[in-house]
Amino acid sequence: MDFDNNIPIYVQIIDYIKGNLVKEEINAGEKLMSVREMSEKLKVNPNTVQRAYQELEREEITFTKRGKGTFVTEDNNMLIRLKRELSKEIINSFISNMKELGFNKEEIVSIISEELKGRDHDE
Amino acid sequence: MSKIVEMKGLSKSYMNKIALKDVNLNIEKGKILGLLGPNGSGKTTMIKILMGILTQSSGEVYIDGKKPGTGTKAIVSYLPDRNFLYKWMKVKDAINFFNDFYEDFDMMRAKELLKFMELEENIKVSKLSKGMIEKLHLTLVLSRRAKLYILDEPIAGVDPVAREKILDAIINNYNEDSSMIITTHLVKDLERVFNEVAFLKYGEIVLTGDVEELRVERAMSVDEIYREVFK
Repeated sequence: MDFDNNIPIYVQIIDYIKGNLVKEEINAGEKLMSVREMSEKLKVNPNTVQRAYQELEREEITFTKRGKGTFVTEDNNMLIRLKRELSKEIINSFISNMKELGFNKEEIVSIISEELKGRDHDE
Repeated sequence: MSKIVEMKGLSKSYMNKIALKDVNLNIEKGKILGLLGPNGSGKTTMIKILMGILTQSSGEVYIDGKKPGTGTKAIVSYLPDRNFLYKWMKVKDAINFFNDFYEDFDMMRAKELLKFMELEENIKVSKLSKGMIEKLHLTLVLSRRAKLYILDEPIAGVDPVAREKILDAIINNYNEDSSMIITTHLVKDLERVFNEVAFLKYGEIVLTGDVEELRVERAMSVDEIYREVFK
């Protein structure tokens, strides 16, 4: 995985794991790689992975079973929440990009609905 | 958390040249410190004091609570920035040499690392390329179960593929019970390995901190901070 050294690595690890959850490459109730394995895989300091894991736990995305490791929560709302969170980020950056291009609210809405209509025909 | 290295008001001068000035620096157990600075900034002086090769002019330094000396040499594994192997040696002679010399040398680990580094035991040291020599050095140094590892420029002059291998070996073999000091000016390649960094300029620590905090505070990579500090 390619990291951007300008952004804290632990934040990028969190996003990477959240991405895997949303894409359902990791499923509810599944065990995450150990800190050690993850640090070897991503080639980062284990303390950095540890920090990402702590943050995921604080956000109630994962939980630890004593002596067994870190697991993804079984709570299905978590996935819905995550998807909403991510879609909000995508939309926000889309809107700010469009505004930079000089489009106003109405124009953005009409461009999107046009585009979606076009896709309906294709599918 | 317990400190493996403690430096208090550490200074060193040669005649009238100041090499280190009032350095205060601690390294906790389980942490990897990047000691960053250009040539002549005092990195090697600091390491030599930690190794007990030089004595400070003033201030105090402790490794695992003890002053540097024979006692601390047994718990510090040091990778110098130059070749320390004899030309007549084969790879396996170097391994045996270290095994005889250091009580904490782990033969199993050495064999595993040799395999990982793709080094043949029967090759002569004089036949190895620069990258291979560095891999062998690192194999020897990391095969000790030391409390403190000091790696002086571990990837300087090594091609990108060997560099990658060396980074992997460092990450895979580092453990929570030991600490590491890595000096480098190749910050970009190593910054993901560090927990903390200390920037050394004309013998003084001008900036130190947790790498992730520094990235948040300055919205910059450690590499960019380095360029800013030393421009």
